[in-house]
Amino acid sequence: MEITKIKVVLAGNPNSGKSTLFNALTGLRQKVGNYPGITVEKKTGSCFLNQNTKAEITDVPGAYSLYPKSIDEKVAQEVICNKEDKSYPEVIVVVADATNLRRSIFLITQIIDLKMKVVLALNMVDLSLKQGIIINVSKLSQKLQIPVVAINARKQDGIKNLKEAIIEANLQGSENSFFDIRTLFKNIIEETNDLRNSENVYGSFLALCMQEVNSKNKLHSELNILSKKHQFIPSRAQAQETIRRYKKIDTVVDFCSTKTKINANRSITKWLDDVLIHPVFGYFIFLGVLCLIFQAIFSWSAYPMDLIDGWFTGLSIWVASTLPPGVFNDLLVKGVLAGLGGIVIFVPQIAFLFAFIAFLEDTGYMARVGFITDKILRVFGLNGRSIIPLLSGAACAIPAIMSARTIASWKERMITIMVTPLMSCSARLPVYTLIIAMIIPSEQSWGPFNLQGLVMMAFYLLGFLAALGTAFIMKFILKAKERSFYIMEMPSYKIPDWRTVIYTIIEKVKVFLFDAGKVIIAISIILWFLSSYGPGNRFEKIETKWAGQENAETHIAAEKLEASYAGIIGKSIEPAIKPLGFDWKIGIALITSFAAREVFVGTMSTIYSVGDNSNIRTIREKLESVKNPDTGKAFFTTAVGISLMLFYAFAMQCMSTLAIVRRETNSWTWPAVQFVYMGALAYLSSFIAYQLLS
Amino acid sequence: MQKLSDIAIGKEYIIDSINDDELAQKLLEMGCTPGEKVVVERKAPFNDPIAIVVSGFMLSLRKQDASKIIVKKL
Repeated sequence: MEITKIKVVLAGNPNSGKSTLFNALTGLRQKVGNYPGITVEKKTGSCFLNQNTKAEITDVPGAYSLYPKSIDEKVAQEVICNKEDKSYPEVIVVVADATNLRRSIFLITQIIDLKMKVVLALNMVDLSLKQGIIINVSKLSQKLQIPVVAINARKQDGIKNLKEAIIEANLQGSENSFFDIRTLFKNIIEETNDLRNSENVYGSFLALCMQEVNSKNKLHSELNILSKKHQFIPSRAQAQETIRRYKKIDTVVDFCSTKTKINANRSITKWLDDVLIHPVFGYFIFLGVLCLIFQAIFSWSAYPMDLIDGWFTGLSIWVASTLPPGVFNDLLVKGVLAGLGGIVIFVPQIAFLFAFIAFLEDTGYMARVGFITDKILRVFGLNGRSIIPLLSGAACAIPAIMSARTIASWKERMITIMVTPLMSCSARLPVYTLIIAMIIPSEQSWGPFNLQGLVMMAFYLLGFLAALGTAFIMKFILKAKERSFYIMEMPSYKIPDWRTVIYTIIEKVKVFLFDAGKVIIAISIILWFLSSYGPGNRFEKIETKWAGQENAETHIAAEKLEASYAGIIGKSIEPAIKPLGFDWKIGIALITSFAAREVFVGTMSTIYSVGDNSNIRTIREKLESVKNPDTGKAFFTTAVGISLMLFYAFAMQCMSTLAIVRRETNSWTWPAVQFVYMGALAYLSSFIAYQLLS
Repeated sequence: MQKLSDIAIGKEYIIDSINDDELAQKLLEMGCTPGEKVVVERKAPFNDPIAIVVSGFMLSLRKQDASKIIVKKL
């Protein structure tokens, strides 16, 4: 039997339950890609509507209207309006929140006027009933002249009806109209129709509203001329249209719904808000939540991380001993597997972080965090919405930078992206742990607090303060392209949907593994080459020198690294890093750290020939015994340790982050600036610290 | 006529107009149209941003933006 395919787009307001419906429809048959040329994630999936009809579903970012304000919303508008687009839909399903019918159906009335085939999925009917709002679905369908299906995305109720409605809508025409824009603007619309060679009056109106001034595009400049002739001001026209459209919507809502009693859920929300955004307790609760997240990222994820580490070690040993020795074996074990292990090890932390973020977002708490922090963050050129990227940065800058997309203001988004990598990410943790263990005696304490823990905390705080400080400076450097707004819905509190949380985790982990993973693997292979090969016959000489001696392998490994290209680079940068208290060996570690910061530990263990038994304690003991050739005392003094930690705190030693910043900003300028300013900050602070302390 | 940024918490008002095109675009499409009832629900620490209930949902916005929204007594 032939299978028919229908292209379906899922649209709707933020918080309307759109993602939940998408998950309910497609399950795990989802793909996250990118829209060509821009950085917004494209979520697609598929499902069978009946035995021989398959829907290919695209989930577009949440939007209130077809007038775009952020890049996210621009995507939604483009997918729906651009007939040339590959995912131009045959049927659009608009998800509406029944507790908020008036606002929810604004978008669908616009889409109806574009003469598209639509289905309205009325979600959260159970909640609206609890609030005393009764909606007559058939009346709504009759008024809008489109199929309306009541669903409960969380409980997966009504999905079957929705699927049938999609098939039916696809078979029918789409000649309805909700509001005739010609009642407001007749002449200019008709002239625009001629210009665009189209009968679609609302399409012409949208084209007029979205015309670009001084564009090289022929249509745009013609629209400019037309607008001048008719004194058409897009923003005014849009406002006029919106008000008239809402007037018509009000009559529909009045006709289809009845309100019986006052809002009960509101009072629960009110009560929770009294506590959660209390001027004093609000901040303490937020700090408590943060502590819990950190606890999860650092302690709970240690177990799965140890497991993953164990698997990769096992796998490396197995591969190394099973495959015939040689270059390929070496590349596979020390290049590819080492790189892979370095990525996969972060999956537990990323999963925990996004579990919390998804959970907090789904409950409605995140909007409150933005509410109580916006005023403070604004001082630093940031926005209440910057809080999520900044906090996520404490786990990993990669997903954190991706989450900055919801910030509509270009300037605030750029500042957020630029400073997020200063937050102490989890890759710095192993570096800090090792150095702190070396330079701070574990038995020392300050009151009830262990000194080592305090130093660790101080470095986290330092990262946060550096991020705020840099943001503050950038606020004066960057020119705003548009005004900054903080307009955010504060949804009623809800019990989070576990499915949404799980799907978010899977999605974010996938993006991290594949997007960052590609870069990390590539860099790992380059670094493997640089540290496994050297010019001339140096390597053979080392092997003959140590042949047959005791502990030959570890000595050979150390000397080979010194003779390799990486060693040569390390030595050549030594003059530059000497004022920071570093020698060429640390220089090599700084270079290899570009794959990922935690590679520092592994490199140090190789270079100081610790051998295979490389757990933190043995590396520490080895490093502690290293003597400074000039003074004869221990090399790793407090001054060197602090300088090194400062360097790792500030320097942009993460290729994957640079790659993500490039993707998010669509230019190499931003990552380049980021690399330079963070490097300068690292160098200067290490320099000052070392010179003062030594 | 008063500015939305100046009214007391919990009192019902009606939106009269929004004196800012760019802000109006964003608020109108969310349903904050002239004639809608509006109540200041609460204020964040330092009295900024503020949270308002309008057209059946809660919305937060900055004080400077709220000052562009003109309201009248019910």
